[in-house]
Amino acid sequence: MNNIYELHRKMLDFKVILAYEGEFNEEITKSVLTMAERNLDSLGDEMSVKKKVFNVMVESLQNIVRHADSTGGKYREAVFLIGMEKDNYVIASGNYMFKKHMAALKFKIDQVNSLDREGLKKQFKEVIKNGKISSKGGAGLGLIDMARKSGNKLEFDFQDIDEDFAFFSFKTSIKRKPKKIASKKGDE
Amino acid sequence: MNKLHIEHTEDTPKVILSKEEGHFEISGRSLPEDATSFYAPILSWLEEYSKNENESTVFKVNLEYFNTASSKLILDVFTQLEEIKNVKVQWFFHDDDEDMEEAGEEFSEIIDIEFELIPV
Repeated sequence: MNNIYELHRKMLDFKVILAYEGEFNEEITKSVLTMAERNLDSLGDEMSVKKKVFNVMVESLQNIVRHADSTGGKYREAVFLIGMEKDNYVIASGNYMFKKHMAALKFKIDQVNSLDREGLKKQFKEVIKNGKISSKGGAGLGLIDMARKSGNKLEFDFQDIDEDFAFFSFKTSIKRKPKKIASKKGDE
Repeated sequence: MNKLHIEHTEDTPKVILSKEEGHFEISGRSLPEDATSFYAPILSWLEEYSKNENESTVFKVNLEYFNTASSKLILDVFTQLEEIKNVKVQWFFHDDDEDMEEAGEEFSEIIDIEFELIPV
């Protein structure tokens, strides 16, 4: 029973707003988004910040769903959480993947991280104009969009699991902007 | 030409495309995983309409959220609108929402039609 208390303490330490662990599909994505949106509403940040967090959650969850079956039926479970770290919202996810796909993914994220705000904007326009929707339904824009919404670098890590698999951890952070109490005219 | 009317859901927008009423609108949230299937009937409707369009067309986009898969398909919608004479896009955004304003600006830079950004 102590495990439950430990888990509880850990979640408090990490200031978890919402966490989900298990298999992901479209229905679960929708439920997670609904709950997360309600929780975000109660935290009193400016609408623009809430919308950025929501957008990054959508992209992050849809990435998990799109790639969940690419482990060939093994290791289907993934984890998703939003929490707070200092003055930032943190959107984190973790899922298993084939090691042979690691280099390509690392290359993509490093490339996005090498761009500044203007570079990201240019890259987004380039891919939206010339890219094609993949067989999995992705537009190849998710990472670029998350980096733009975040304003920070995308953080990631791979952990060795066995001969074929690694665990991919991914984190996006977004600066909080609490609504001012003495709000100017026209504010909510 | 038949009216296309799609009611909104928690992750797809409301769509009204009516040649007779001169009403062309997409509004709400566009977050479907499979954006291609959702936008397919909209794109075919517009293709048909472009063969015999009204004297002028105002296409209203009033989205609260859209995912990146939808953004690619929304660009396809605008590209289809380029085939229509006297067409204008009205892009509505909440006046505190810089990201949605910037998204509208970017679309307007990519496509070659009149584009009006309207804060609400």
